[in-house]
Amino acid sequence: MELDPLILSRIQFAFVVSFHAIFPVFSIGLASFIAVLEGLAFKTGNPLWEKLSAFWTKVFAVVFGMGVVSGIVMSFQFGTNWSNFSQASANFLGPMLSYEVITAFFLEAAFLGVLLFGRHKVPAGVHLFAAIMVAVGTFISSFWILSANSWMHTPAGVELRDGVFHVTSWSQAIFNPSFPYRFAHMVVASFLTGGFVVAGVSAWYLLRGREVEANRKALSMCLWMLLFLAPTQAVIGDLHGLNTMEHQPVKVAAMEGNWETSRNVPLLLFAIPDQENQTNRFEIGIPNLASFILTHEWDGEVPGLNEVAVEEQPPVGVVFWSFRVMVGLGLLMIAFALAGLLLRRNGAYYQKRWFLQGLRFMSITPFIAVIAGWFVTEIGRSPWLVYGMMNQAEALTPSLTGGMALFTLIGYVVVYGLVFSAGVYYLLRVLYVGLEDEDEGEHESDRPARPLSAAHVPFEIEHGQGDVSHAKPANEGGH
Amino acid sequence: MELFNLSLIWAFIIGFGVIMYVLMDGFDLGVGILFPFAPTETDRDTMMNTVAPVWDGNETWLVLGGAGLLAAFPLVYSIILPALYIGVFLMLAGLIFRGVAFEFRFKARTSRYLWNWAFAGGSTIAAFAQGAVVGAYIQGFETTNGAYSGGALDWLTPFTVLTGLGLLAGYALLGSTWLIMKTEGRLQEWAYRITTPLLIAVLVIFAIISVWTPFVDDMVRERWFDHITMIWVLPALTLLCAFQIWRSVRNRFEGMPFVATMGLFITTYLGLIVSRWPYVVPPEYTLWDAASAYESQLFLLLGLLFVIPIVLTYTAWTYWVFRGKVRAGEGYH
Repeated sequence: MELDPLILSRIQFAFVVSFHAIFPVFSIGLASFIAVLEGLAFKTGNPLWEKLSAFWTKVFAVVFGMGVVSGIVMSFQFGTNWSNFSQASANFLGPMLSYEVITAFFLEAAFLGVLLFGRHKVPAGVHLFAAIMVAVGTFISSFWILSANSWMHTPAGVELRDGVFHVTSWSQAIFNPSFPYRFAHMVVASFLTGGFVVAGVSAWYLLRGREVEANRKALSMCLWMLLFLAPTQAVIGDLHGLNTMEHQPVKVAAMEGNWETSRNVPLLLFAIPDQENQTNRFEIGIPNLASFILTHEWDGEVPGLNEVAVEEQPPVGVVFWSFRVMVGLGLLMIAFALAGLLLRRNGAYYQKRWFLQGLRFMSITPFIAVIAGWFVTEIGRSPWLVYGMMNQAEALTPSLTGGMALFTLIGYVVVYGLVFSAGVYYLLRVLYVGLEDEDEGEHESDRPARPLSAAHVPFEIEHGQGDVSHAKPANEGGH
Repeated sequence: MELFNLSLIWAFIIGFGVIMYVLMDGFDLGVGILFPFAPTETDRDTMMNTVAPVWDGNETWLVLGGAGLLAAFPLVYSIILPALYIGVFLMLAGLIFRGVAFEFRFKARTSRYLWNWAFAGGSTIAAFAQGAVVGAYIQGFETTNGAYSGGALDWLTPFTVLTGLGLLAGYALLGSTWLIMKTEGRLQEWAYRITTPLLIAVLVIFAIISVWTPFVDDMVRERWFDHITMIWVLPALTLLCAFQIWRSVRNRFEGMPFVATMGLFITTYLGLIVSRWPYVVPPEYTLWDAASAYESQLFLLLGLLFVIPIVLTYTAWTYWVFRGKVRAGEGYH
């Protein structure tokens, strides 16, 4: 069997990006939450805020570390697997990635140390400033990355000369047509991720009666934020969809499973897209709703996949179902946010076990939604890499063989599998030990002064020893 | 109209970034290479603590170098990375394991030996792969129409294995002299003891590489022997640095061995540049062939000129904060 380097490189990039993406979306949201907690601690002097902030900073340290480690690989993948793309787009992407390193990486590196180790060592105001700077750094970082990514969807401000993109307008290229929508959608997704994870973990502590006062505060804060942001995300998503219809109509057609450009298009709830026969099997839909959502008119015209040749269509099934997973989870998030409001009277949501249990399980949903959304937008661009200008096959490294691509694909899966298992396992240990972990002085000596070290929880589960003496046996744990 | 020769400025910036990376990540990789041979587990703790606060800042220079190369000389990026495909993967895998080991080793108790191996193995593989890159660069790359057209393992030859071992020994030397400066007592004594044998290993490998190199590439041979009246200065300076390392170890100086080792690296690096200048993808492309568009080089340069001084200040400040000796059972906090 012939190994196809194009397919293998696409799988490899999808794997690395999907894997990487879950860490930044979490750390962006969490960084802002920590900055808010630090601000409250600074303003009110209530030690509860400080306790919460110290705990979530530990979690942040682990997540941030994993994101950095998995992120280094990506910058090299452009060169190794997509060298023609690197060469063609370097005039724009090179400066974007470099600006990310010099404006965001160094800012984060500078202030992360102060945030992690500076409490009670630097003045409280400086510590608060460091927390804000780390949060700002995460936004600057996503600004550059999403600008670069959006440009690949809606290229602007460039012209193609002899197979190389030349920038004609930096402002048009950076603030390209889909950038504002993508950036807003991603930032809100990050807040939703942070919010649901903090809410879910707090709910779990409340179910077990641990640190009730602090965790109630955290849960209440999260639910207010989610109440505001979950519906907002639906609005932004809708606007993003309209923007996509304008610039990438074929992607929208795949999302809707709409094969022919037509009016009065139903919103399909369920369908099995059959790309070979260019039709759907088993359609269940709501009449005219897709037309209304996309054009805001009941009989509006919706683009179909027949606008382009079959070879230029993305894989419809994946895009169609990923989109439904994302939207479905989004609606579930709105439902939980509203339930939180209804239960707020008399603080019922602190007691309702079904609600707290539900929130526990909701903490995983933003990650799935983010990856599904990422699939929709990235696979939906297929077969283009730079939309309408450069396709994936043209972008591939000419010398790359299927065997080489397979070798590194397996390699990355193994390496990431090991590192990810260790990281997640450790993260769960940190969550398990929880806010009560106060006796930090004991092991002051053997901690290196870098990110994950702020979380001072031993790797193995031990009983009756040192700083985990109060931890309960692992099999009781809900995670 | 091009007011400045921006490509030349960028060659200087990238060249500066590379030597910054080599010197800074070099000593912390070197500590990892020496890790399994340390006298005791307590000494391993101390060794790790000497580099823990600064290693990830050091590695940021690698990321900056990669991104800067893409921005300023995309042809280098898009030819050399595919040519070194497997080597780049091994280096990244090594750096990942090593980076994670930094964070988890101190938390692990029964599984600590695994993180020791991850740290030492990751450092060794990354160092070897980087050395092989240097060898591959001297060898040159097979290209067709501005794209790499050789095989997956063309970079792996007896010559590149030797340069890989050379950099491994060189980084180990940076590591041992760093430890002389940063530690005391038994660990420092050990570092003193291994420095001279490491220096001899480095010199022997460098000597073989120097004799071999003219046979690897005709262009280098011509460059060397046509300009022998000027080029002899660099090997002479290298030997002077080597002598200085040997003498300062004998006299039990603490800072000088590290400084002299950095000198050894800088003169060797200059020798490499002189041998190949101005080819960035030998034997075909010069730095002007590989350059990106003028506007792109300018757009990034403006930001860089503003930010790099701040970055350097911060880096210097970090080293200042964590100055002084590291003792057993005592971190920086």
